[in-house]
Amino acid sequence: MAVLVIAEHDNSSLKDATNKVVTAAKAMGVDVDVLVAGSNAGGVAQAAAKIDGVRKVLHADGATLAKQLAEAMDALITPLAANYDAIVFPASTTGKNVAPRVAAKLDVMQVSNIIGVEGADTFVRPIYAGNALITVKDSQAKKVITVQPTAFKAAGNGGSASVETVPAPSGPFKSAFVSEEMAKSDRPELTAAKRVVSGGRALGSSEEFHKVLDPLADKLGAAVGASRAAVDAGYAPNDYQVGQTGKVVAPELYVAVGISGAIQHLAGMKDSKIIVAINKDEEAPIFQVADYGLVQDYKTAVPELMDELTKAGV
Amino acid sequence: MKVLVPVKRVLDFNLKVRVKPDGSGVDLSNLKMSINPFCEIAVEEAVRMKEGGGGHAKDAAREVVAVSIGPEQAQETLRNALAIGADRGILVKTEGEVEPLGIAKLLKAIVDAEKPDLVILGKQAIDDDNNATGQMLAALLDWPQATFASKIVLHEGKASVTREVDGGLQTLDVDLPAIITTDLRLNEPRYASLPNIMKAKKKPIDVKTPADLGVDIAPRLQVTKTVEPGKRQAGIKVKTAAELVGKLKEAGVL
Repeated sequence: MAVLVIAEHDNSSLKDATNKVVTAAKAMGVDVDVLVAGSNAGGVAQAAAKIDGVRKVLHADGATLAKQLAEAMDALITPLAANYDAIVFPASTTGKNVAPRVAAKLDVMQVSNIIGVEGADTFVRPIYAGNALITVKDSQAKKVITVQPTAFKAAGNGGSASVETVPAPSGPFKSAFVSEEMAKSDRPELTAAKRVVSGGRALGSSEEFHKVLDPLADKLGAAVGASRAAVDAGYAPNDYQVGQTGKVVAPELYVAVGISGAIQHLAGMKDSKIIVAINKDEEAPIFQVADYGLVQDYKTAVPELMDELTKAGV
Repeated sequence: MKVLVPVKRVLDFNLKVRVKPDGSGVDLSNLKMSINPFCEIAVEEAVRMKEGGGGHAKDAAREVVAVSIGPEQAQETLRNALAIGADRGILVKTEGEVEPLGIAKLLKAIVDAEKPDLVILGKQAIDDDNNATGQMLAALLDWPQATFASKIVLHEGKASVTREVDGGLQTLDVDLPAIITTDLRLNEPRYASLPNIMKAKKKPIDVKTPADLGVDIAPRLQVTKTVEPGKRQAGIKVKTAAELVGKLKEAGVL
């Protein structure tokens, strides 16, 4: 079975999610190729060629692919699908935007957001915000799949696949990129971070959110996340949101500060290795999933935690 | 401009789903069903385009048509959309689960008949969490798509849509007709007033079947098992930050 993995990247760096999706793809089929679609993304294609177990890298480069918009990606990927049994995307906002469009063009029902591969045609995926898991058998001749990257281990980078150029679609398309406001941060990216510090509505304001969490995140070398309640209240930008409809994270350490633990938040972080909850409400549901719970007002707990981390040489 | 808004009937978002002990599915019997929250946001946005609100000019939308695909009871979901301010409803009566591909095909047939300028859908349903129908409908119609919208500005023949993407926000211009899917922060849907709920009861709902529309909705995927996820065990309570740091060191995560 031949599988085409769509690489996650920003034209300058290949995201770790790609390595994780390759691991999922290797569990489905023997021949795994990676498609790098971008603009001036030659470095990304070279990086993808190093992923262990990749047969070859297809590299499409052109202005129409600069933002990996749905129409151009569809025009590129749908014809390539003729050579593959499965097209596999990371369940990122880019993958989630493009995959169903490609699937419908191929008259295929997509299997969304898989967290397990039980065979070439059998997959496990969460429904109801992760409150139930279904096993899905996909007997379609061609498959389109999105993969939850945090559910798979990243493939290593010891390979040396060849890179083959494929033409970028020329357009014109009926949608056009206008602008973007991307968060600029020296911190690790939320979905790939080994440590995450996350804040909830208890923080009370945007100013307080950053005043309390930013130093703790910097001390731990962690990414900053937020509950939906904190994002809806405007304390944190949308791309901080961890949960069913936001990002799914699975770091080694997840520190939840002033987060009550709504079901939809837990869906986004419950696979973290160690969960710490700091909340003054002893009854908060977050304590039911936390490995270590500290029932204390964050105003006391976070400064003390900072001091103790310093003492411990962190 | 005419706006079409598909709406899905799902388990109320406040309720927790129960997995049947025999693993054959989830048990929805006797549980409250509601309009999918993302679909409600889509209806609200369309109605604002009609009323003038949320930055839209009054009468930017001339007519708002709500469509639901599901059992007879999906009429209630349509009434909900009509109470927010949609003008009329279309129910495509189906039995059992219809996959997003089948839904998209039914919607394409409705679009071919209704010829809307814009279709606004929720980005995902909170039951199957697929996040696929809007994109699939865009593909079948060969229309442009702007998913995960947090802001929509209408221009002559175009919509500027700000999208919530992993790294932040991205703004696209899409030519109309187009597909837009809604994210959480596009708007806060109103509570329908009692007079509007009463008025909604008198608005027309047209009932169709997949056969009327000539669409095959046979499922492509087979769900072989449904289970509850492994439960995470609650750990321990620590009394102080010092104790916490000690435990984290022991666990090897510092």
